[in-house]
Amino acid sequence: MDELLKLLKQNALESPRNLARMLGTDEDTVKAKIDEYERTGVIRGYQALVNEDKLDLSRVRAVIEVKISPEREGGFDRVASRISRFPEVDSLYLMSGGYDLLVFVQGDNLRDVALFVSEKLATLQGVLSTATHFMLKTYKDQGVLMESERRNERLQVSP
Amino acid sequence: MNDSKSRPSRVARHVAGLPRSGIRDFFDIVSARDDVISLGIGEPDFVTPWHIRESSVYALERGATSYTANLGLLELRECIARYISGTFGVPYDPGSEVLVTVGVSEALDLAVRAVIEPGDEVLYHEPCYVSYGPLVRMAHGVPVAVDTTPDPGFKVTVDSLEKKVTPKTKLLLLNFPTNPTGAVLDRADMEGIARFAVKHDLLVITDEVYTELTYEGECASIAAQPGMRERTILLNGFSKAWAMTGFRVGFACAPPELIEAMMKIHQYTMLCAPILSQRAAIEAIRNGDAAKREMCEEYRRRRNYIHAALNEAGLECHKPRGAFYAFPRVGHLGIKSKDFSLRLLDEEKVACVPGTAFGACGEGFIRCSYATQMDDIREAMKRIAAFVGRLKAG
Repeated sequence: MDELLKLLKQNALESPRNLARMLGTDEDTVKAKIDEYERTGVIRGYQALVNEDKLDLSRVRAVIEVKISPEREGGFDRVASRISRFPEVDSLYLMSGGYDLLVFVQGDNLRDVALFVSEKLATLQGVLSTATHFMLKTYKDQGVLMESERRNERLQVSP
Repeated sequence: MNDSKSRPSRVARHVAGLPRSGIRDFFDIVSARDDVISLGIGEPDFVTPWHIRESSVYALERGATSYTANLGLLELRECIARYISGTFGVPYDPGSEVLVTVGVSEALDLAVRAVIEPGDEVLYHEPCYVSYGPLVRMAHGVPVAVDTTPDPGFKVTVDSLEKKVTPKTKLLLLNFPTNPTGAVLDRADMEGIARFAVKHDLLVITDEVYTELTYEGECASIAAQPGMRERTILLNGFSKAWAMTGFRVGFACAPPELIEAMMKIHQYTMLCAPILSQRAAIEAIRNGDAAKREMCEEYRRRRNYIHAALNEAGLECHKPRGAFYAFPRVGHLGIKSKDFSLRLLDEEKVACVPGTAFGACGEGFIRCSYATQMDDIREAMKRIAAFVGRLKAG
């Protein structure tokens, strides 16, 4: 992966000036590259990574394994596309193995998610079965630990 | 009561005569302050990669709590021999030419003590790591410093070595990439130094602990040069590239006669390196490449950043090509290194080590370590820029 993308994935708020310094190039080059990535859809957006466990939300998140029957011509894509448009759905992946789609959903409470599964998801044409797992706690998200590791005890000055 | 002033000191003269480390002096000053951003730290800010830590925990769970062979675990020596021959193209026999030590520091001490007799002269380049001169003195040798300068990038030149070599010179001590300057030798430089060593029939100790942190130029060893393997003690370790300083594990590679001599001292003084650390080192060599590469890339980005920022702040800084130190000039501002460091600490709460801690020719420079998180480096650079601005305004 391009080093610029790596750095932005680590910290999307990094200024073009600092990015240029780190990459040993100039600010204009960095800006032009970012524009290009945004234009071509390589960069799809910028979001804060929030540790929701720290907020007093009673929101519920769940992972749902979905088995579907592939359609002639459409394959899995049409059903997947329909599911992905529900606002409750955070992420959606086509999987190999014991089920076909892995769906990450969230709702304001347990009932929300249950309703979504029983009324929206399970009733979709082509959906054969669902298995819902509720998330209890987040330890790591997008490569970031939710609890910071204790700063190590380095000496202030050493040879 | 025993009045110690009434009798001569009980401390051996050659130890009493050793200078206190300039680092230690500075450490005492910095430790007394709070909220300091320290660019004075000579060890990685990364925690040892998890898989390496985990292998040590696993070894502990399985009851690995014993001594090992004096030379170190054979499994580790085999890993080291494979790693050195694969990376630098120099073959060593794990049975008789590799010694596992408690960090490169111990290996360095063993190597110097194994070969130096009273009065032997030892060439080494300054500014340099704080131990070289004192180690030679403790072995009753005579350290002979060869100055290096920003042009040509703090590399040691054959010309400057020729000026200091005498019939008493027995040993040449090299450390590239260099702490504190980040200097890296190119192949042509190594060829020249190798010819110099052969011409004067010198032994060479090469401390290559930073060699994996080479950002420009080749990651090479002088031991690979023609005529060098038989006269070289190659030292390397796990502290820097794998962020394993606290594990205290390094190694020496050399012909059997030299390893045997070093081993004698090692077995009577240290016995062996800690077994848990040796286990961790095996894991580092076997599966640590990706983590090592990632850390190296991060250092390179910080190097780029700090080099640009120091120059923008008005401190001339040659571009370090390895290790994790920048060594900018402050002397042109009409201030001594130590005063610069002390005032920077006082006024901006940023700690940088005065260049004089690394030898007399470090006067006029400071060492800024970039083994520190990017956020801290960024803030430190802002403060240094403000400080330099005030100095210039007079």
